[in-house]
Amino acid sequence: MGNRRLWRDGRARFGILVIGLIVLAAVFAPLLTRPEPAQVDIVATRFLPPLSGDASGAFHLLGTDRFGRDVWARLAYGARVSLAVGILAMALSVLLGLFVGAIAGVFQRRTGTVLMGATDFALALPRVILLLLLTALWQPSATLVVLVLGLTGWMSIARLVYGEARSVVARPFVESAYALGSNRKRVLFKHVVPNSLTPVIAAAALGVGNTIMLEAGLSFLGLGVQPPTPSWGNMIASGRDTLVNAPWVAAAPGIALVLVVVAFTLLGDAVHDRITAPGNTTQD
Amino acid sequence: MLRHVARRALIGVLIVAGVITLTFFLLRLAPGDPVEQLLGPAATAEQIEVQRHLLGFDRPLPLQYTAWVGRFVQGDWGTSIATGQRVAAMLGRAWPATAVLVLLSLSFSYILGILVGAIQASTRHRALDTTLSVTTVTLFALPGYWLGLMLVMVFTYWLRALPAFGATGLDADFLGPGARIMDRVRHIALPLVTLTLIGVGGIARYVRGAMLDVRAAPFVMVARSRGIPERQISLRHVLGNALIPVVTLLGLSLPAVFSGTVFVEAIFGWPGVGRVMVEAVRARDYPVVMAATTVSAILVVVGNILADFLASRVDPRLRAADGK
Repeated sequence: MGNRRLWRDGRARFGILVIGLIVLAAVFAPLLTRPEPAQVDIVATRFLPPLSGDASGAFHLLGTDRFGRDVWARLAYGARVSLAVGILAMALSVLLGLFVGAIAGVFQRRTGTVLMGATDFALALPRVILLLLLTALWQPSATLVVLVLGLTGWMSIARLVYGEARSVVARPFVESAYALGSNRKRVLFKHVVPNSLTPVIAAAALGVGNTIMLEAGLSFLGLGVQPPTPSWGNMIASGRDTLVNAPWVAAAPGIALVLVVVAFTLLGDAVHDRITAPGNTTQD
Repeated sequence: MLRHVARRALIGVLIVAGVITLTFFLLRLAPGDPVEQLLGPAATAEQIEVQRHLLGFDRPLPLQYTAWVGRFVQGDWGTSIATGQRVAAMLGRAWPATAVLVLLSLSFSYILGILVGAIQASTRHRALDTTLSVTTVTLFALPGYWLGLMLVMVFTYWLRALPAFGATGLDADFLGPGARIMDRVRHIALPLVTLTLIGVGGIARYVRGAMLDVRAAPFVMVARSRGIPERQISLRHVLGNALIPVVTLLGLSLPAVFSGTVFVEAIFGWPGVGRVMVEAVRARDYPVVMAATTVSAILVVVGNILADFLASRVDPRLRAADGK
């Protein structure tokens, strides 16, 4: 799908590079950070500013927090949680949205009306209130956050796919497929779903950034991933109490968060422009 | 037109009813109990049983549901389990603070966002467009709670210029009228700037995209060929038409703005609905959660209908489409 041309877009290049670097840092976190020392002299090692070493000679790129933990190490391990939650939740949304939108588009009539009615209804529910309720009422965990974010984020994808599906269904090749004896299920999987994938990818890239931000927000309110497991959101929350004497504890995960969201947004923009660019034929 | 409004209103009522039902059963089916939280770990099973009976929690769920809806419709929103205050009074005290924050930040972020987006779409300086694009995408990516913390760090802790907590100072009641207004302004400054900034990015990006789309339309070329000055084309033809979807965006963004205030209120200790809501959810304070959810669902639905109505005022074509 013209990946080389996508690479020529500066926004896509920036997005892919930043996301790639952070994914690498998350995957190789154990290699990039020194193992947690068995014994820590908390008083001596806490609140060390960035770029400083402690008594044992360990170097702290981003300083340490109030428990003497290395902020860079927690950032790298937190990337695992934040990225995984964001991407998994978005994947769940995409699956649900594809399913609902494509079925509604192929089986128009009653099924379609019911499904899209349900989508509009779900779209009108105040998402943050639902998130607050769901995460506060059940025991907070990463799995719950993935489920909750996934189950409340599929509607815009469903509408997008529904639009695509309707235009695909009206094309001559679908008519010929029916004429050749395809049933609706086959049309759904062979024609509608593959043809709707490209715009969904653009929307998903935009959505991942948003989802990571929401996950961090829930963790920040204490309703998401629970400490001591580091996530960028709960790192910001814990840095809030030490804002005066150790601002880097809250600043570092926030900057990482902004970088990732910017990267996903720019990548999504670039893919979107590639699809809608005049003279582009890859979409058919 | 009238039929359309009636239809929208009916759908709105259905949505609010759905939100109420969903919230009610989610609340009751989830683990955790307001009575246990209220009485604490020292309470005996008997005491808990008695209290539950007094609050009516031992009755079948559907009965409790219909009873709640009946009382709510009659204006009886119940009493908070955690604080013992009337729910209507609690929300009545909290709403103005949230409303001020939401209305001001919406106005500022739309004015700024439209301005920035319009400059971007009209400028011939690529460098300016790129710089503003980088700025808006960064603002778009900023989490409100983190931006709030950073502003507190700079303006409260480093510069010692602005307060970071609450809506008024401790001494507010003893200040003269002028000083009292200054006190208010200083307190609202940081939460307002936070909410405004996180809103500007998305709006500017949207306006820029919409204006570039309109710029490619045939009627713009016609206007240009008729010799209408570029400035006038930009302002009247392009911006005017690009603003129609922006009006709809305004209505659709209400839930997002509300969610933004939940986080910002948590950061700045702003005495609004978001904070009441978060605390009530933590305490499993059923009546407060139900009432706050219902009121905000109603506001969101009304906002959407208003946005639709405004859009059809601005764009005659939408009015014609309604008529059929």
